[in-house]
Parts: sequence; structure tokens; C-alpha cells
Amino acid sequence: MPNALIITTAGINCDRELAHAFTLAGARVESIHLNRLLDDPALIDRFQLIGLPGGFSYGDAIAAGRIMAALMRQRLYPALVRAVERGVPIIAPCNGFQIAVQIGLLPGPAPGEPWPETAPKPSIALAQNASARFVDRWCRVELLAESCCVWTHGLDPADETRLLPVAHGEGRFIGESDTLIQRLADAGQIAVRFAPDDNPNGSAGDIAGICDASGLVLGLMPHPERYTRWTHHPRWTRLAQSKLDEKPLGLAMFHNAVAHATQAATV
Amino acid sequence: MDAGVIEAFTRRGSVPTNLLRIEVRPKPGQADPAGEAACRQARSLGLSDSPSRIDAASIYLIQGPIDERQARRLAEELLADPVMEDATIGASPARGAAMVEVHPRPGVMDPNAEAIQCAVQSMLGVEVQVRTGRRYDMHAVDNETAELVAKRCLANPVVHAIHTEPYHPQAFPTGTPRELRIVTVPLDEMDDESLQKLSREGHLFLSLEEMKAIQADYRRLGRAPREIELETLAQTWSEHCVHKTLKATIRYRDETDDSDPNPRIAMRGRPGHEINSDGSVTIHNLLKSTIVAATNELIADGLDWCLSVFVDNAGIIAFDEEHAVCFKVETHNHPSAIEPYGGAATGIGGCIRDVIGTGLAAKPIAATDIFCVAHPDHWRQSPRHARRGLSSAQHDLPAGCLHPRRILMEIVAGVRDYGNRMGIPTLNGAVWFDDDYVGNPLVYCGCVGVMPRDLVKGDPHPGDSIIVLGGRTGRDGIHGATFSSAELTDVHADEFSHAVQIGNPMTEKKLLDVVLAARDHEDGCLFTAITDCGAGGFSSAVGEMGEQLGAEVNLEQASLKYEGLSPTEIWISEAQERMVLAVPPERIEKLQAVCALHDVQMCELGTFGTDDRELVLRYDGTEVGRLSMEFLHEGLPKTTRDAVWSPPASRGLNSPPLAAGEDRPSIREALLALLAHPNIASKRWIIRQYDHEVQGASAVTPLVGADGEGPSDAAVILPVLNSNRGLAIANGLATGLRDDPYLMALAAVDECVRNLVCVGADPSRIAILDNFCWPSCDDPQELGGLVRAAEGCYDAAKAYRTPFISGKDSLNNQFATEDGRTIKIPPTLLISGIGIVDDVRNCVTMDFKAAGNSVVVVGATQESLVGSHYAEVYGCADKNLPRVDLDLGPRIAGTMHALIKRELVESVHDCSDGGLLVAIAEMCIAGGLGVALDLSPLPDLSPQTLLFAESPSRFVIEVSPSNLRAVQSQLAELPFAVVGKTRGERTLDIDGLECAWPLDKISGAWLGTLDW
Repeated sequence: MPNALIITTAGINCDRELAHAFTLAGARVESIHLNRLLDDPALIDRFQLIGLPGGFSYGDAIAAGRIMAALMRQRLYPALVRAVERGVPIIAPCNGFQIAVQIGLLPGPAPGEPWPETAPKPSIALAQNASARFVDRWCRVELLAESCCVWTHGLDPADETRLLPVAHGEGRFIGESDTLIQRLADAGQIAVRFAPDDNPNGSAGDIAGICDASGLVLGLMPHPERYTRWTHHPRWTRLAQSKLDEKPLGLAMFHNAVAHATQAATV
Repeated sequence: MDAGVIEAFTRRGSVPTNLLRIEVRPKPGQADPAGEAACRQARSLGLSDSPSRIDAASIYLIQGPIDERQARRLAEELLADPVMEDATIGASPARGAAMVEVHPRPGVMDPNAEAIQCAVQSMLGVEVQVRTGRRYDMHAVDNETAELVAKRCLANPVVHAIHTEPYHPQAFPTGTPRELRIVTVPLDEMDDESLQKLSREGHLFLSLEEMKAIQADYRRLGRAPREIELETLAQTWSEHCVHKTLKATIRYRDETDDSDPNPRIAMRGRPGHEINSDGSVTIHNLLKSTIVAATNELIADGLDWCLSVFVDNAGIIAFDEEHAVCFKVETHNHPSAIEPYGGAATGIGGCIRDVIGTGLAAKPIAATDIFCVAHPDHWRQSPRHARRGLSSAQHDLPAGCLHPRRILMEIVAGVRDYGNRMGIPTLNGAVWFDDDYVGNPLVYCGCVGVMPRDLVKGDPHPGDSIIVLGGRTGRDGIHGATFSSAELTDVHADEFSHAVQIGNPMTEKKLLDVVLAARDHEDGCLFTAITDCGAGGFSSAVGEMGEQLGAEVNLEQASLKYEGLSPTEIWISEAQERMVLAVPPERIEKLQAVCALHDVQMCELGTFGTDDRELVLRYDGTEVGRLSMEFLHEGLPKTTRDAVWSPPASRGLNSPPLAAGEDRPSIREALLALLAHPNIASKRWIIRQYDHEVQGASAVTPLVGADGEGPSDAAVILPVLNSNRGLAIANGLATGLRDDPYLMALAAVDECVRNLVCVGADPSRIAILDNFCWPSCDDPQELGGLVRAAEGCYDAAKAYRTPFISGKDSLNNQFATEDGRTIKIPPTLLISGIGIVDDVRNCVTMDFKAAGNSVVVVGATQESLVGSHYAEVYGCADKNLPRVDLDLGPRIAGTMHALIKRELVESVHDCSDGGLLVAIAEMCIAGGLGVALDLSPLPDLSPQTLLFAESPSRFVIEVSPSNLRAVQSQLAELPFAVVGKTRGERTLDIDGLECAWPLDKISGAWLGTLDW
């Protein structure tokens, strides 16, 4: 059974459901406070799966994820890169995504290129929603079949169940240039897009989530950990029984990652 | 790409200062949503001049030994995002015709400052102090308009300073240490008048009788009271803390005569009630003789799942074999009138702490909020006032009141920012609009928690340390408890600005993390008791926890926000986000380690247990106060108060008379008007701003149906994630029946139960809470109404077998205007409920599911429009109020539950605000389906009554053809009627009335009103 690490700190508040999703998918979970990891970054080396949960780390002071990222950039970047190089799937929903782009974990180096020694300058921002308002709702999404993402690999649910919940005030995807966004698309690093008429925050290209070139690190604004049982689905009382026998999309993503981690361990 | 850093000289030129100013704003070409939102808000004010554009920027003021290179580093690597923002060190030149900056006033909480300080210190290794502000450059307006915009929508002068040029002080103001002064008050010499003067001007808000009791006790002691002792008594004896009205002896007289359509309440045989020879009734402790009595009688009758009622910060019931759930609802009305954002935020923050401080700590899993405000956009034209024929001068917003639209926007933002940051889903609520809330809005905040069943009780042991966790103590929030027990006036914003606070959810979230880690510690729970520091601050928390043991307190040990606080200020400060724990000495070190990991402040304030059960207060070893716990908790003089009830007909019913013939609306028009009524209209604007799904436990969300627009009757969550057992959360509010609070209470309980039953809760496992918000009960008539409401609570709780497990009251909700008028709020009773759902997979939602199903009304429609929304808008001629049938109501609820359990119904909706037609229209909107109605199976009443009366105990259900026979046989003993069929065609029409509404039209009306 692979071990999953959940990194928590002041203001992180989606850690328990993220842990629950990993558990449902068959991982053994341990939540560790950031302060302990900063003291001993090598703790990360013990884990085969990592989750950077959602929430309001440090109250979103300055901007979402800014302070947690500032604390992590120097001390934890090397250990997290080591983890990716070991083949560890990492998921970073919402606040986790905001942090992952600010510590240089996403979008990561171009395919075939090595990870930089130290955390690079961010090239992606998750800016305040175009509406300037926090929004909680479910959005129709597109899972890109050509993506190299380990988490979404092979998932192709029917329209009525291909939804993910969002809940954020700062999720508007901005790339430093159009070239960067094109590069990500070409490399299969765009894993999830919002349906064009269901973009909750004004993200460029309707981008909801991206992965690194290895497909291991997935950052996304939606919360797959909030879609692990059918009663999470906003319209589950309208779904046909046959649908309820399938695996909810969010849970399927965690199963993908746990399977990947298990396989990696047995190879 | 770098964050561009521009260096600009401030207006202070080259004056050396170690206070750095950095501005951050979007790079040219990037969107500025904050600026655009400010501009939209400015335009909504309806001023003659509005800005054409607003550019927003964040301001960081950082004081500390920072050199130029470090300043650049902060700007580039911490404060500005390199992809989208530019930073300016100093102040950038004006960009528009005018500018304003908004900064928190000195001493006001700046929630982001602490985290930024830590980040700066970690990055540069230097100690700094940080304050933040916002800058708005406005285009096409002059300075005067800019300032007005700032005052109306960007800042609240109670807590913010507004500057019209870049704010760059030389240094932050600091407190200065004060010499210890022990103030004694010469109470012995005072006559009645001086006692009353002292009570009012010292903000003690005690009655003359209470002041005299204190005077007598100190005469007995042979000394003068010290200031800190008087303050402690005033806090502990405040209405807010001790509920002295509800606990008083009341002599109640009912002036109803036999001809009144609404009969007297039968008083004989009620517990604690004594019938006097003159026909009046003496009630010994109203709370105990009604609300508490109902619970006790139900428990005596075998109801075995109440684990803790009325004694703790929240009531606790059994959830499953291993877990318990607790529930508490609080009000935070007066602070929200003056500073709605901070008032609502600290309201929810305080209620969350109540739950954390229940038993040996519960984990908060859901929040609720109910707001009562004046009509938002058109409070002058609200129907009831227009019909009263008030002159336009009386329609002006009274001096000292904030605009109701602003109040609502800011209380929503306050709950949003606090609840979302705490990671607690806010998933149930309501908003009720009535112009009499103009000076005194109501903010009810509720919180549900889950805990292991063996941790439902805690008691401090003698010798345990008094440990304070969380926020530092400051001068903020002083006199909150006594302030909330007083009447609001137009000068309150000035006089009580210190009672108003801005919360810091981060401090509370860390506090929660620490408390749960200490509770679930590998060596067992690290504390023996816990409570929150709410109203009255340390004085209440320590005073209550040490009631049986006594306590010694060393006030200099408290960690302070700044120097210069007197011992009294430390003792009664209501600074937010603090909890008090009783910790055995040998466990303190372990607790210290947990606190260190989570960066949480901890201090040791003293010890529980004294020889003589006394409260001893010291500062640096000097005794500053000494009180006996006995006098503090039992010395409050028992009072007898008069209450009178004269029937509403003799005072003039609240519903205006029915409009004359041609003014009477068509049914077609009435449905659209009711759907657009703000009480009924969709609250999605509010719901979607709350993270109602955090914690991943939702099973029925507040918005349901095909397009996620349907208003669910209740929310359902999974308190324990790996089980299918659920908890439903709902509320009932029947303010429309204010003419008789007895019937209002019955209707509120009935509505709350129905809401819970609709989604699948088991009616035999529902627990409820009472929250009374009343005008001043010094008026015997208002107290008479309160008595009736309490009697209604007793009757309804017993009939429905729904025990009250906790409650709260706020009894001075009225506003004195500058010109001497008193605006009283309508008596408002909120009933909140939680109910257990055996298996969430059996939950039902209110959206119509398929075409071709039967629509069935269950329950009786009474011949009365009184109290309905129809009557509020158009008037009515009825004299009798709708009345819950206490035999039928519970039977219907039980049968509905049986239908749901047997999976015989496709959808269920409670038929309440707006009446039958509104309920059906909501089911159509939610399901995206039409319906053809036929009213002929209903009783022979006017179509207006059938369609718009708000008779209690009714449900609308959708039944598939294959289940119809089974449903009909289950309902055989109850009033019901099959009134129509769902269909794919997207219209709602009524056979024989020539009414038809396209779905888009009704959903447009319903969604449009509050789509802010």
C-alpha cells in the first residue's frame, strides 16, 4: 500500500477530505505540518504520493498561496523535485495549485529538460476571478485525451457526470505569454479545461488544470477530492441507477495515481 | 519576466524613516477585477457623479530595519506576482482625477498583517511590523466625490481611516506602559439617581435594583467595590450572558376576550405556571417552565438521545454509536448594525468557538446564517410602509443607520470571508426583509460540530492551570456584552466603536487545529475543560469555568497586542479568537509543544481552585480584585416582571387591508411579484459566495436540481466521512405571524421540521434551538409576546417530540432615532434544527424529476391569508391567523418520512413562504419541467387563498404513476389532493383560471431580485 503525504499548515482546510480521497483509493495517509517539513525536508522522501491541499494558507495574505510558497521555495523545492524524479504523483487542487505555480513545480521544465537546481521564477499566475468574487459551483469540464497527465489518464465519463466542483476567489489562469500556453498545449500539459460556456473565473483558454511534462504533477482549480462518492454530485438525485454504479470522476483520478504509485513500487 | 519595481519618492521626500511603503498593482494590460468591482459598487450608489474607472492597488507599510536591497527583494519576491503585477517602492503618482486610500485605524485588527510579518521575517531575518491598506485611483470624479464613494462603499469610518493622498506615516503608533492604578468606586454614598447615572455612563447597563444589590453586598463587606469588580458583575449579570428576562418570574395577564378569533392559550397544568385568583398567571422562570421543561418531559418520556442540553456552549445529541453532534446559534446584531462586515465575521467566529468549546471540544462541520434587514434597494417603497401612508420624511434613512443594501452586502462578505477561511461549509440560511430592521439588523450565525461520544463533558479540577490559547488581548471589543444588552441609538457608532471588531479567521483556524490536536493527543486529551472567550472576555470565561472551584488570575501574564492596557481592560476585553482551557500542570509541556508546531500563542493566566470559592485577580502580585463566586453567580436579584397580552385585533393587525377591487392584482401578476419578493427570491448570489462544500461531506447542497438553481429545503452532510449516516440542517422563521408570537412559534417549529423531513431526516430524531430577537421587554406588551412565543415553543416541541437542546436570546432590539422615535424590530423567533438521516442515499430533493408524474398537496389549506407574503404585498381581509394543528402536523411529518423511506416519492418540497403556487413554481424551475394544475380537488376556497395562503404543515410531492396508488393509500387518513401533472412543456398553467406562465418568465422573476 503506497504512502501518501498531505502537507498542511495554518489555513489549509481541505486536508481531511484529500486524505479521505487517498484512503478510499487505497493509500495509507499521513498529514504533516509544514513547520515539521521545513525542519526536516527529507521526510518527503518516505512517500510515494503527495497532496498539496486546498484552503487559505496563511489567510491568502498578499495573494492566494503566496506566503506558503515563499516559505516552501527554498527549503522544500529540492525535495519535491526529487519526489517527481522518483516518479511520485503529486496533486495540487485549488490553493495547492496556486502554491505549485509559485514554487516552480508547475509548469516545470519542457519535455526532456532537467528540473532547475533552485526554484525558478513563476511563469503562471492564478489571478483574482474576473468577477472579483469567491465562487462555489460545479463546472462542466473537458479532460484532454492527449494529455500526459497520470491522474486523468484514460478517464472519459459521460456528459452528465463529467463535472468538477470549484470553490475559489483567485483561479483565473494567466500564462506569462501566449507562447507558453501553446507550448503547454503542444506538450500535452493541459489536463483539464472548463467547458467554454462554463468558465467560472475567466481563465485563459478555459484552462482548469495543468500537469508537468512527466504528467505526475497535476495542479487544478477544481476539487476532485470533493467528488469521490455519488452523493457529492450536485444532481445525484436525478442520475439513473446505472450511472451510480460507475466510479465518480474525482475518485477515479485518485485511483489512477494510487495505481501508478503501486506499479512503480512493484517494478 | 520580473515584477517591475518602480521607485518613487514619497511626498515626505528624503526624510529618513524606517517605515517602508510598497504599492502593488496589476501590470499594464492585465485585468483589475478589484478596481472594476469597486467601480460597479460606486455606480450602484446612485450619486450624481460616478467614477468612470477605478484603479485598485494594495499598500504594504513595513516598519523595521530594511535596506534598499531588501526592500526590492520584498517587492519582487514576496509582494508582487512576477507574471501579473508591478510594485512601487514609495507612492506612485496619481493616476486619475482623485484618489483615496483606506487603512485600518490604529488598534483595529489587520488580519493579513501577522502572516506577512512572519513571511518577511523568514525571508530577511529581521523583525518587522506590517500594516496593509488599499488605494483607489478614481477617474472623472473630484476629491469630494471620491471621498464620498469611499465612505459609502469602500470603507467604514468606524474602523477605517480614509486618506486623500498616499499614506506614509513616519512610524506606527505604539502603546505606552501605564502605571498600575486601582480605582475604587464610592458606591456606599450614592443615591438612586447616582447609581443609575453610574450604570449608564459607565456602560454597565445594570438596573437600579441590581446596582442596589451590589451596593448592599459591599456594605456587608464594609468596603468600596473596585472598578474591576463592578465590571465583572456587569458582564456576568448582563442580559447577554445571563438571560435574566427569560429566567425572571413573570406575571402574565391575557386581555383576549371570548369573541376573539384567536383564542387564549390554555395555561392550566403547565409546569412552573401558577394561576392567580385575578386570572393572571405567575410563571417561575419562563425559560425553565417552557423550553427547558419540554425537553425534560420528553426525556422523562423515554427520548434517550439527548446527551447535553442547555448547560454547555452548545446542545449535544447522539449521532451514532461512537459520535455525537452539537449545535449552537448565536446572534451578533448590535455590532453588525455599526460595522456589518466585522460584526457578522466575529459573529460566525464566536459561534464556531462555542462549538469548539463544547464538551471537550467538537470539530465544526457546518455553519448556518440567517439575516434580517430592511428592504434592500427600495426600502422607502416597501409595500407595508407605503400602505401605512407614511410621509416621505419618515421614509428617509434615519441618521446613524447604514443603508440596508450595504448592510446585507457586508454581512454576507463577513460570513463569507470568515467561514470560508475556517474551512467550514456555510450551507443553510435565510434572509428576511422588513423595514423595521432598518436600525437594528439581525445576524444569526449557527455552527454544527461533531465529537466522540465520550468527550461530551469537561470540568476543571482544582489545581488545573488556566491556559489561554489564540489571539492576543487588546483594547478591542470592550463592553461588547453590555453593549449588546442595550438599545441602539443614532450615536452608538461613535460611542461604541470600541465594541466593534474585525475578526482574524487565521488565528481561529490555527486555534482549532491546536485544540483538535490537543484533544486527540496520543497521550489522551490534554485538557479537562475548555470554553471560548466570548462576551465578557476572560471575566466570563474564567468566571464560568471557575464557578464551583474559584480561581486565581494573574492578569499581567496575558499576551497583549500592545502595551498600556489596564488590568480591567485585560480582564473584560473581548478580543477575538481566544479560548480558555483547564490543563493539569503535568500536561502543560505537551500542550506547549502542540502550540509551537502550529505557531499558536499560549499563556498561563492562573489556577483553578481557591479555599473559599473566590475569584482573585492580581496584577504583578498586587491584588486588584476579589469576588465571591457565590455572589457573582447567585447574587443577581430575582425580579418579578409584568407581561400583558392584548389581542392583535385590538391593536390593529399588521397585514394592511385588502386593496380595493381594481387594484387587486391578477393571479398571473401576483405569482411573478411573489417570486420576485426578496424573502422568496433565489439567494444564489449569497450561497455561491460561501464555500458550502468544503470538508467534502455534502450529500444535499443548498442548491439542487437540473441547473443547480433549486432552493433545497435543507442541507445534508456526512458528519463521519466513512459512513452513510447523514445530518440534515434547516431552519424555520415565521415572522409573518408576528401578530401572535404563540402561533409564530408553532409555525416556526413546524416549518423547521418540515424542511428537515423534506430531504429525508427522521422526524423522531430532530433536535431544535430557539433564538429570540425581541424589542425591549421592559414594555409589558413585548414581554407578553415573548411569553406567548415561549409557550408556543413548549407546545410545539412536545407535539413534534423535538427537544430544544440550546438557545439564546437578544432582547433589546430597537433603534432610537435622532428625532425621538423608536423603531422596534418585529418580534423574531428563529428555530434551527438538525435531524438524522439514516442513509443519505435515500435523500430526496425538491426538483421535479420527470414528466407525467402526479403533483400532490399534502396537508390542509386554511381559510386565512394573514401573515402571508400575498397579504404583505396586497393586503387581506381575514381576521384569524393560520394555526398549526398540533395533532395533524406531526402525523403528516411522520407519514411523509415513511413515503420517503419507502422510495415512493420523486421530489418533496415544503409549502411555506409564498404559498402553494410559489412552491410548485420553484419545483418547476429546479426541475426544468412544466406542470398543468387543476385546483378542483382542493377545498372550496378562493383561488387567492388556495394558491397564496401560507397554511402550515403542508408539503408538495411528486409521485410517479406506478407509485400513486401506494401513496394515496398511505395518505388515506390525512388531507391531501392530487392537483396536477408534470410535463416536458416548459409552462406552468392552471386549468380554469386562464393562467399560464412560461418557465423562463417565472425563473427570471425569481432569480432577478437578488442577483447582485
